Amino acid sequence: MRMTKRTDMTTKKAVFIRTSAIILALLVSAIFILLLGHNPLDVYVSMIDGAFGSAYRIKDTLTISIPLIVTSIGILIAFKMKFWNIGAEGQILMGAFVASFIALNFIELPKLLLLPLMFVGGFIGGGLWALIPAVLKVRFDTNETIITLMMNYIAIKWITFLQYGPWRDPKSMGFPKIANFTDNAILPKVFGIHAGWIIAIAIIIVVTIFMNRSKRGYEITVVGESVDTARYAGMNVKKIIITSLFVSGGICGIVGMMEASAVNQTLTSQLSAGYGYTAIITTWLSGLKSIVVLPVSILFAAMIKGGSFIQTAYQIPQSAAKVLQSMILFFVIGSEFFVQYKIVFTNQINKLVKEVKQ
Amino acid sequence: MNQNVFVKMEEISKIFGTVKANDHINFEVNKGEIHALLGENGAGKSTLMNMLSGIYKPDSGSIYIHGHEVKINSPKDSIQKGIGMIHQHYKLVEVQTAKENVIMGQSGKFFMKDKELSEQIKKIANQFGLAVDPNKKIYDMSIGEKQAVEILKVLYQGADILIMDEPTAVLTPQETKKLFKIIKNMAKEGCAIIIITHKLHEVMEVSDRVTVLRKGTTVGTLNTKETSPKELTDLMVGKAVDLSIERPNVQRGPAVLKIKELNATDIDQVKVLNGLTFNLYAGEILGVAGVAGSGQKELCESIAGLYPIDSGEILYEEENLVGKSPRDIIKKGISMSFIPEDRLGMGLVASMDMVDNFLLKEHHNQKGFFIKRKPIMKKCEEMIERLEIKTPGIHHPVKQLSGGNIQKVLIGREIETNPHVLITAYAVRGLDIGASHTIYDLINEQKQKEVAILFIGEDLDVLLELCDRIMVLCDGEITGIVSSSDVTKEQLGLMMAGEKGPVEVDIV
Amino acid sequence: MKKSSVLWTIVICLLLIFAKIFMGTSFLVAVVIAGTPLLFATLGELITERAGNLNLGVEGMMLIGAVAGFGAGFITKNPIMAIIGAVIAGALAALIYGFLTITLRANQVVSGLALTIFGTGLSSYLGTNFIGQKMPENVIAFYDPIQIPLLSKIPVIGQVFFVQDIFVYFGYIMAIVLGIYLFHTKTGLNLRAVGENPSAADASGININLYKYVHILIGGALCGLGGAYLAVVEVPQWQENITAGRGWIAIALVIFCKWNPYKATIGAYLFGGLSIIGFRLQHLNISQNLLDMLPYLITIIVLVISSMKKSKENSPPKGLSVPYFREER
Repeated sequence: MRMTKRTDMTTKKAVFIRTSAIILALLVSAIFILLLGHNPLDVYVSMIDGAFGSAYRIKDTLTISIPLIVTSIGILIAFKMKFWNIGAEGQILMGAFVASFIALNFIELPKLLLLPLMFVGGFIGGGLWALIPAVLKVRFDTNETIITLMMNYIAIKWITFLQYGPWRDPKSMGFPKIANFTDNAILPKVFGIHAGWIIAIAIIIVVTIFMNRSKRGYEITVVGESVDTARYAGMNVKKIIITSLFVSGGICGIVGMMEASAVNQTLTSQLSAGYGYTAIITTWLSGLKSIVVLPVSILFAAMIKGGSFIQTAYQIPQSAAKVLQSMILFFVIGSEFFVQYKIVFTNQINKLVKEVKQ
Repeated sequence: MNQNVFVKMEEISKIFGTVKANDHINFEVNKGEIHALLGENGAGKSTLMNMLSGIYKPDSGSIYIHGHEVKINSPKDSIQKGIGMIHQHYKLVEVQTAKENVIMGQSGKFFMKDKELSEQIKKIANQFGLAVDPNKKIYDMSIGEKQAVEILKVLYQGADILIMDEPTAVLTPQETKKLFKIIKNMAKEGCAIIIITHKLHEVMEVSDRVTVLRKGTTVGTLNTKETSPKELTDLMVGKAVDLSIERPNVQRGPAVLKIKELNATDIDQVKVLNGLTFNLYAGEILGVAGVAGSGQKELCESIAGLYPIDSGEILYEEENLVGKSPRDIIKKGISMSFIPEDRLGMGLVASMDMVDNFLLKEHHNQKGFFIKRKPIMKKCEEMIERLEIKTPGIHHPVKQLSGGNIQKVLIGREIETNPHVLITAYAVRGLDIGASHTIYDLINEQKQKEVAILFIGEDLDVLLELCDRIMVLCDGEITGIVSSSDVTKEQLGLMMAGEKGPVEVDIV
Repeated sequence: MKKSSVLWTIVICLLLIFAKIFMGTSFLVAVVIAGTPLLFATLGELITERAGNLNLGVEGMMLIGAVAGFGAGFITKNPIMAIIGAVIAGALAALIYGFLTITLRANQVVSGLALTIFGTGLSSYLGTNFIGQKMPENVIAFYDPIQIPLLSKIPVIGQVFFVQDIFVYFGYIMAIVLGIYLFHTKTGLNLRAVGENPSAADASGININLYKYVHILIGGALCGLGGAYLAVVEVPQWQENITAGRGWIAIALVIFCKWNPYKATIGAYLFGGLSIIGFRLQHLNISQNLLDMLPYLITIIVLVISSMKKSKENSPPKGLSVPYFREER
């Protein structure tokens, strides 16, 4: 028995292998649930029920999927370059911070002006926050994973500081919170879900075209495959990394703006709700393909929503959903091996040797 | 079985994917014998030997060592059976000392006794005439010293079967002589030695017997004394071939590229380019010779705008290129391709198809935000036809092509941009004779179009035949610029080792 | 002695004197305690990286070790069981990473991230029932400070370093043992070769996969211990996400200490100090939240400084995060 590299991989087979991995992950998790004394089938069914069981639940699930989709797209641009940006959480918060600054200080502006302004503010906030690790990377070759993560903590502390200190709403009667946005700073609803879904779809389309058809998108892919090749081809690798990270962080910043405006209607340190981390999983699972981000994110949103549902139904803690998510991630990461390699058994080898002789 | 037969390999086959690297090969080496394993690149020599060293496992066939049938499952098994292999790319840990490299992986006391080990190593080194300082770090060593450490390592392991994979590829002719002396010495001491090579004169010079491989099969084993280079060539290539490389006569044009007093340092502040001054003319091929790591890569990268220069000028048609971006330099018509040891890495993106690889340089010339693949697709189709590139199609990932075809894609792309200056490093690395000649023809074609060509090579024979002039580098310094018609290989070797030769910037 | 080490010694002595004068001995005692989980995690990641594997799952392994250690200690009321639980759990978590990256040849960065995400989820899940619970008294008592005869009598230093709990002492021992192991033993030499140049190590007959698996597991066990120290001794009650980014700081510390176990102690205690300085400076009228940023901010600064000076020595193992497969073609 031995391993050989596959050369015969088709998209169909690859999809089959990855799907099998997800199913296997669900099976293993089922054993886990069984050990906890619950019927896994019941749990899975009620998770689906909790996520899609009524129009209201579907709306909730979709509302959760919006930040996941947009954040994944943002992360995807960085991951394509093998720049391991795990700072989406911080970029979301800083985007929300700038957007909130605009929302709280320009209350007299009309909605049609204020919202776009907040949108741009969110983009710039997240973008600048991501620029720091990018510049450090190209200038000093620092490890971007650690820097982006450290910056998540700094962003959280910063927002907490604002919430408890200078931005604390005097009308909140001692409760540490920032003032609610005025109506003109809140994203309207379209078909019952906040307008963020339109933004999300627009971003998917723009980024898909950008990555596949534009020069910069092409350059990003080359840098991700081999920095040396990119240099030899005369590409300005540093510039590509820096501008792409600005866009990557900017897109995550937009998430902050949307969550602050449409979901929380204020700025809080809890606003990113772990989307920045979950989106790492969804981005990877989508195989760094922007279109695939959509179904994967909705699936994960369903797990989050379904997870909180089983908490009330079965008293299974919500974090069980997180375990389930990472289980799927493990299996899909592992399944990549079977996409790349195939196992050849001894008798097949013998057959090959004979064939070759003839 | 005869105790003097140290190695016997019977009907060995090895398959990679669908490629038969070795097809029922038979091979035998005796005690005290120097046995050359001759074949073209890709004939399966290294694969066969890697099955002795435990890197690969055979798919069929049997191996006998010292008369016993054995299964070699890992390098550890191989070492225990007395086999030592010196790989073409040295397997040494750069940040460790010679001593640490020698003893790593070997059995011994849990706590290391530094002095004791040093003494032991010195003793073996003296016995075989190897000059090795046990406490010197590998990164401070010359190529020759590194090779000595490799040899010492296998001797320390107690090997009596030594395999050397292309040991002379990176040595100067003088170092080669020294090595051959050591090898003969080892044979006298009772070792069996296998030398993998594709150089005929070395086979004739050092070996007792020679086994020729072609396309994964054994062609035959001969006594060196009873054969001739001509016979060996015909066996190796499979047909009567003319090995000489053409050198078309082209009227030399003006100096297109003038390098003046070029200096550069690396991250440790060590000088890598030291006062380089030379001219490159239109319609000539200027060869660059030198031991690996003498500044070839830095020179290429400096001209392409990829390496920071401390001082000096690079004048292209009297315009200084220093400080220009790589992209501007490409746009001016200066093309540089560098084939690294792993042969992909730098010029091509392995997982991309031909079209996207073609775009690497071409996309600079496209206007607008979007990338246009249509016009490139046509060019690729044309290139496949003209250069006879074997590929299932233009959308096939290049990494799945054979080495020769990958290099054709790379050089073909560079030529497609109609460069004025063509810099190419190690263009034929790893190619067989047929494929190499195709590349030489392509380069000669460019020369006839009055392109100025800088050809960085490893093989002195090729440099002497193909190039009009040869520049020799040693430690980042030019030790000679000579006309290739009036220099010998030995003279080049001395210059490669640092001896100053004639430096005539303008000779014809 | 090298110039840089002299400089370091002086800087550290100055820092010690400075801290002693302005913050008091009790602060320095707390610094060592706060640095201990970082030390374990740093050593764990260090030994993993020496085998050529970048495991970004430190945070996850620490959390798993913390919840296992707390759970084992809480349920059995046995202090030794707490340690055993944490060690096993940390190693098992590392096993997932090892299996993915070694046997299944998966991307190291992504596998490590996945492990952190998994550890965060699992610890918060298993810890649900422990929230707000305290360690049983007898377990806490087991980890009371122990005076080391003679050594504890040295002025200041004795008080700070030698009147501590056994975990702290174990930390010192681990750093020294790993240092000797790496630089003065055969297996340590082989391990360094595996991390630097796996193909060279392989050709010398070293079993690459075995070395990687063993050291990844040891690394995981050490990270688990680090987490357990937080939950069982330092805090000692269960909080969700009890590590609060220490795992990531540990990864940065490995770079800071240049893959040297002895220097890891300096880094760990330095950052231990930073992580608690916020509480001690409350009287200065600076917001606690801003002071809390300090360890993260300084991690970034330290990382940048460590990345600025590059040389052939003191650089990461060359084989770090580069997968190695013998039959690759």
